[in-house]
Amino acid sequence: MDSSTLFGIATIGYILAMVTYIVYIAFRNKTIGVIASTITIVSFIAQTGAFFMRWYEGYIMGLRSLWHPPISNLYESIIFFVWCLILGYLIIEIKYKNRSFGAFVTPIAGLALAFIEMTGMSKEIEPLVPALQSNWLLAHVTMSFISYALFGLSFATALMYLIEKTEKKTEPAYIFWSCSLGILIVLLVAMTMDYLEFHVAATTSENIKNYLFKATFKSANSTVALLSWIGAFGIIALVWALGHHLKRVISALNVTPEILDELTYKTVAIGFPIFTLGGLIFGAIWADQAWGVYWSWDPKETWSLITWFVYAFFLHARLMRGWRGKRAAIVSVIGFVAVVFTYLGVNLLLSGLHSYGSLS
Amino acid sequence: MAEKEKSFVDRIWDFFASVKLAIVLFSLIALTSIIGTVIEQNASPEKNIIVLKRLIGENLAPTVYRILDTLGFMDMYHSWWFVTLLVLFAMNLIICSLERLPRIWNLIREPVKPLNPERVPAFPIRKEIVIRQSPETVKETLIQSVRHLGFKPMNSPLEDGGYQLYAQKGNWSRLGVYITHLSIIMIMIGAVIGIFFGFNGFLNLPEGYTSDVAYSRKDSKPHPLGFSIRCDDFDVEFYGMSDMPKDYRSWLTVFKDGKEVMRKMIEVNNPLKFEGYTFYQSSYGMLSTGRGFFIFKLKGPDGKTETITKVMGESFTIPGTNIKGTIKKFSPALAISQDGKTYTYAQMMNNPAVYIEFTENGKPKYSGWILRRYPRTWRLPDGSIVQFIDYWGVQYTGLQVRKDPGVWIVYLGCIVMAIGLYMAFFMSHKRIWLIASKAKEGTLIRILATANKNRAGFERKVETLVSNLNREV
Repeated sequence: MDSSTLFGIATIGYILAMVTYIVYIAFRNKTIGVIASTITIVSFIAQTGAFFMRWYEGYIMGLRSLWHPPISNLYESIIFFVWCLILGYLIIEIKYKNRSFGAFVTPIAGLALAFIEMTGMSKEIEPLVPALQSNWLLAHVTMSFISYALFGLSFATALMYLIEKTEKKTEPAYIFWSCSLGILIVLLVAMTMDYLEFHVAATTSENIKNYLFKATFKSANSTVALLSWIGAFGIIALVWALGHHLKRVISALNVTPEILDELTYKTVAIGFPIFTLGGLIFGAIWADQAWGVYWSWDPKETWSLITWFVYAFFLHARLMRGWRGKRAAIVSVIGFVAVVFTYLGVNLLLSGLHSYGSLS
Repeated sequence: MAEKEKSFVDRIWDFFASVKLAIVLFSLIALTSIIGTVIEQNASPEKNIIVLKRLIGENLAPTVYRILDTLGFMDMYHSWWFVTLLVLFAMNLIICSLERLPRIWNLIREPVKPLNPERVPAFPIRKEIVIRQSPETVKETLIQSVRHLGFKPMNSPLEDGGYQLYAQKGNWSRLGVYITHLSIIMIMIGAVIGIFFGFNGFLNLPEGYTSDVAYSRKDSKPHPLGFSIRCDDFDVEFYGMSDMPKDYRSWLTVFKDGKEVMRKMIEVNNPLKFEGYTFYQSSYGMLSTGRGFFIFKLKGPDGKTETITKVMGESFTIPGTNIKGTIKKFSPALAISQDGKTYTYAQMMNNPAVYIEFTENGKPKYSGWILRRYPRTWRLPDGSIVQFIDYWGVQYTGLQVRKDPGVWIVYLGCIVMAIGLYMAFFMSHKRIWLIASKAKEGTLIRILATANKNRAGFERKVETLVSNLNREV
């Protein structure tokens, strides 16, 4: 067995866990919950094994030294992000003896893994180009993804908090969370359709590498594309219309808003220093070592700074101006959107010095 | 009049000390920064007009471009208004820290005092236990258990023969926020020093050449270094036989007042530093007018070796034989097509090859390509070896030349920030009081504690202390 088989098992496992967790919170059946946790733990162990195997494979292929763990291209970094996210989630599940977070955390992992498949990014073990052979870079990447995973957890708990705490459908916070959750669901559905059309049905014979949203929004057929947009707005409207049921589901799960609020704060409070040190400072030191410029306002750097400001906003608003509850939760959700943009949006939509993460 | 002026200054002060301003500035800097990531900075106008056309349509794009250009968005991170935002941010940071520091300083310096046992304040963490032994007999156990939590307790006797143990720790951690603020100011100061007193330039240095200037990135003007630097050699290392570069390396020598003072091989993550200037490996290229030297290491059939340097068209003799080789052709990147023809596939030295014709006593013997990266092509049919070491003098190394007298302040700021963040987020100011007073059946122990952060964590520790006490006495 090689690392890619094991990664494949972990990926299927996480997607399965996501479905099981969602079924679990819908029916609140304890057995289903135990199954969901078991699948997650088994997948996590498989992924851990795959990570070390890939590390070793790169080493025996002579492409990298033993000091370079496999976290150097977009594929490897997403895998590592998922690993950190699931680890953080499992810690919370065990510590708080509550499985309901799973239904909100595993979809983030599912989206990340689906993104790998849909964009057809390279999964090869690649040699390290000269600029990437740096220990500062290693520390930078590792710590960045640990903090991203923590921010991902705070996103999930903030969303749950908003669901539990909002009353009226006209309330801005309600509209905010229902739109956010709606978009998340739209992305999941769109990627599932991509998967069905290009992997399972495989109607086209041509070899399309990147088929992200090609079955829906970016379809060659303009009617399909238009229907997709209508469908997307329909899903968001549906989430808005039926969101109050979700509130009942979460309230029945024994997670108090206080725990959610505390978790949102705690994950940011741990993630922020790690992000500042690893993401910003170590990144700057690496850039200084490699190019002689510690800060050049390139899009990736600027977006990390934007992310940093959003979380600085969160902490100052909360600690100094007593923003708690809904307002803080909204900022935390926005923070994670900034993280995702820093991580993927810059690579997909903007260009920069960071050529290592490109999709081509 | 004077009083009115003072109130104005006060108003300004209050304005800059407010967290509201901080939050507004966070939002403004973050939001405006987004624009600069969409519009390519310092790019040619055409590029950004194309981007704008895509975003807002053909007709509006040129007008919007002109407006954005006037407002400095084409180099927005150096525009007057963005710099103003950063200055406001710095002032806000300094003044809000100065405003709060005295109060925090008092909190830090304030020693922990015993409580009035009659009127115990409502602390967030409160526990009570009653034990059968007298206060005196459990005293040592109590002191040990508080020590176990990392406190150094002080002792004050109570009137009824009981006593009170009290301690605090982590009071300095309250400074964490201000240390973090200070570090941001340090980084900004370092950056400003770098902008005003630094130098950012480049130097393309051909193999074998020496330069005592570098060229400014801004206007390409020569900038005297005060010493000279020579490129002895440049080389690209590849992964195996692929064209994937593994390392770019330049061998440099520094001369000061005509004397050699330093020699170093630099790589991408490993620059050369001399007298405040740092030379980074940033690019490389081929000289268009390059006429270089072929360096061969020859080994005759009898094992005698010799290293020679020749130019195109010149000849050499293999030691111990009458075989003469003449350099006829050169290719920086030789490839063979499917029908067996050779061609050059790149302009860089990806696969340098030299075509040599060998004759013995004037008669043609054999001829062919010798490839630097393929040792089996070095071997001649008679067993002698022509190792192609380098085609020297045709490449230049592209060096990034930086002088940044502020960078050490930036680094220092980074270290200070790491310390500050650690104190601010992972340490807390904890205080604890144990009041042991005489009760009918023995001793009533009241435990009161506070922590300014992670109270739940501290509470769990206090609970462990209580359960340990219950077990031990």
